[in-house]
Amino acid sequence: MKPRAALFVAISGALFGFGLALSTMVKPEVVIAFLLWRDMGLLLVLGGAVVVTFAAYHGLPRLMRKPWVGDAFGKHPSEMSARTLGGAAIFGIGWGLSGVCPGPAIAGLGVGNWPLLFALAGLFAGAYVQGRFFASRDTP
Amino acid sequence: MESLFPNGWGHYLAGGLVMGVGMSLLFAATGLIGGMSTVFTTVWSFFSQAPYFRDARFLSSRTWRLVYAAGLIVGAFAWLALGGEPFVTGIPAWRLVVGGFIAGFGARLANGCTAGHGICGMASLQPASILSVVIFLATAMITARVVAAFA
Repeated sequence: MKPRAALFVAISGALFGFGLALSTMVKPEVVIAFLLWRDMGLLLVLGGAVVVTFAAYHGLPRLMRKPWVGDAFGKHPSEMSARTLGGAAIFGIGWGLSGVCPGPAIAGLGVGNWPLLFALAGLFAGAYVQGRFFASRDTP
Repeated sequence: MESLFPNGWGHYLAGGLVMGVGMSLLFAATGLIGGMSTVFTTVWSFFSQAPYFRDARFLSSRTWRLVYAAGLIVGAFAWLALGGEPFVTGIPAWRLVVGGFIAGFGARLANGCTAGHGICGMASLQPASILSVVIFLATAMITARVVAAFA
């Protein structure tokens, strides 16, 4: 990766992590309060992020031929399949049990939330088992 | 409003908007889609020779995904340095480990999590992502209720 691209990736990640901390998504207790319908804040976080990202994903390819330091604009590969939807259902069970999802698990370390290391260990192990024993042969 | 947002709402919206700006900057600068869960697969490509982890799309993205993840920690620390309160969760370790395992497995099977499907997939109006979000919100809410009933 070119140094300039790496710098943009790092700044983008830092903004994402700052937002996760500011919105208290790095606190699993806040996520669980949402899932129990005691605090609807997570909807504002998700909604705010989606609206801005929607504008970028749809507007930028019309304004620019290609990204500043990249070759082409990418797309999130979502496939309508039992694998995707079943995986989503399983993901939700783990998210509801722990209150932790991948972004906050990583960002939370930056606010000193060290027990998230337990969650990270679980996330790495889960990704290993999926890749090692449940990888699909034909789809990404 | 009080009952919907007992802890206020401004920081939620502001945080979400900043996250969106981060996703947008990543896209404008590099064209990359900033999902988070794939990093847990690509890190294994450094340690495992299993064929799945050697896939070109993991080998080619493993560097920027690590840089991106490091950025997340730096950004959250910057919030702390600017006056944010440190926080240590009281969720029991077994729930973090087991929940993390299930979430990691499911997100990789689904090829996306709350960031990949929730933000990137929904922002690109992908039907499979939108349906995935509905499904994982439902199973997460049911699970949280069951856990709360026994806790």
